[in-house]
Amino acid sequence: MIGKIDLDYSLPKTLCVRLKGDWLIASEIPKSNEVIAQITQTKDIGQLTFDTSEVDKWDSAMVAFLFYLIRGCEHKNIKVNFQKLPPGAQKLLILALKVNENASIDKAEDGSFFTRVADKVLKRLDGMLSLVNFLGEIAIAFSRLITGRVYFRWDEFMVILQRCGADALLLVSLISVLVGIILAFIGATQLELFGAQIYIANIVGIGMVRVMGAMMASILMAGRTGASFAAELGLMQTNEEIDALRTLGVSPVEFLVIPRILALVIMMPLLTLYADLMGILGGFIVSTGLLGLNSVEYWQHTQSSITLSNLWVGLIHSFVFGVIIAVAGCFRGMQCKRSAVAVGEATTSAVVSAIISIVIATAIITYVCQVLGV
Amino acid sequence: MEESAKPIIQVKNLDLSYGDYPVMRNLNFSVNKGDIFIVMGVSGCGKSTLLKSLIGLQEPSAGEVLYNGINFWAQDEITQQNIMRGFGVLYQGGALWSSFTLGENVALPLQLYSNLSVGQIREVVELKLALVGLSGYGDFYPAQISGGMRKRAALARAIALDPEIIFFDEPSAGLDPISSRMLDDLILQLRDTLGATIVVVSHELASIFAVGDQAVFLDTESKSMITVGSPKELLANSKDSRVIQFLTRGVK
Repeated sequence: MIGKIDLDYSLPKTLCVRLKGDWLIASEIPKSNEVIAQITQTKDIGQLTFDTSEVDKWDSAMVAFLFYLIRGCEHKNIKVNFQKLPPGAQKLLILALKVNENASIDKAEDGSFFTRVADKVLKRLDGMLSLVNFLGEIAIAFSRLITGRVYFRWDEFMVILQRCGADALLLVSLISVLVGIILAFIGATQLELFGAQIYIANIVGIGMVRVMGAMMASILMAGRTGASFAAELGLMQTNEEIDALRTLGVSPVEFLVIPRILALVIMMPLLTLYADLMGILGGFIVSTGLLGLNSVEYWQHTQSSITLSNLWVGLIHSFVFGVIIAVAGCFRGMQCKRSAVAVGEATTSAVVSAIISIVIATAIITYVCQVLGV
Repeated sequence: MEESAKPIIQVKNLDLSYGDYPVMRNLNFSVNKGDIFIVMGVSGCGKSTLLKSLIGLQEPSAGEVLYNGINFWAQDEITQQNIMRGFGVLYQGGALWSSFTLGENVALPLQLYSNLSVGQIREVVELKLALVGLSGYGDFYPAQISGGMRKRAALARAIALDPEIIFFDEPSAGLDPISSRMLDDLILQLRDTLGATIVVVSHELASIFAVGDQAVFLDTESKSMITVGSPKELLANSKDSRVIQFLTRGVK
């Protein structure tokens, strides 16, 4: 049976709401907001009473309906008398309506559109300010490191170094070889038109060494190491481990952030050199194996095309990327709030902000090189 | 404990807030040297926020916290760190550094702030672990031991430098009655053997009555403290219905 409702206006200034049928979660019942609208449209109602003598079965569905109805009516200053409800429903309603009293204390107001916009802007500014603050802390910590006033755990540093470097080699090899192969194929289709296929060696060599090696390795490291920095520090924040360091008078930046930045800044250029080699190898495999180019000639072209300045530009890229990834990862981790969701968010935003910053940095470096004629 | 004892911590007109929300207003109390002082109140009333501003992690929005007469939050960072070095803190979840073994956790404060040799540090670490009943567990990692053991190991780290004041954030949270009782006994023993002043944030009645010399009761609704006194006396003499309700679990 369907739950139904009758509104009885027979008594003066009093509305009797008569419920009938089955009021179950699984059955069909009237919508509370429609009934509230109907009641509040009628003038001269000072009190609401209920009659549930014709209700067959009921569960939370009826209580929820009544809960909203009562709240809606009380909001419009209509007195509600729910003494004629089944005793179980009465108890539930008393409990539900009571809890509500305290919960609304001190809730922040949403405010107008402009307040919200201003709030968002101020929050963004706060975020920028804390990043500047963080960079300042890093600078101070590095100066203390140089003057030997930082407690540095070498064994832990070695572990981080291994995680940033050696452990990433396999992935870097795979990606770089494939990028070399892709570059070679793209070059081949175009250069074939002029019969200048041997210049694939130049494209692959310069492309990998100047930017692609550093970029591919860094995007990989942002996803791998940057994310792990953020998750690690975020979880330490959640477990109060960072608070424990602070109360000991140890700066978490010196103790946790500096070794990570240092490790990545050392490893990124090395990984980039390795990625360059692997990329060139990929190009070599395609050119000599599939496109039938002479292998000696290929090596000679590669050698002559890669100048020292190309190598330096690539290494500068990798150094900058290393700093970006490590700072983004550590910053998001240190800023992490204390919940599992927050750790996830910190990890995501570490990767996203690192990759965006990497692309922006590449654009800037490329432009500067162009202007300088390097 | 003694009436004539000097206050080691004084809290004056302290206001606390969490972000933009005011949490507590106008807190005034002092903790005597050698006392076990309880901060009690219902969940979410601001006990942990108060603890944070006592241990130097969160600046109060107004008011003063004095240690041996020195206004902590008015000092520069270096003086603050020197004062903080006299604290031991046992965090709610232990907060052991997860990449260190228990021995390394206890050893770190000693490596940072003592002139002991490596061998001497190892001896002190072994002693502190033995004091909390974890002798021989030095090479275990925090993830390899139970929650109760983790708390005790964290306590060993908190007392590594023989602190003047030890803070406990909800020591019995998540522990079974027996482990919780063991921790209470440890708190009493530490006060008696190390002569430390102890501040415990708790809402566990059994612990409060077992260890507390003095207690402050924080109230959520009025956002302030209601009373200070010995828990047993409060139970016997307090006229405030909220305090009585709390101390009797609502069974009047």
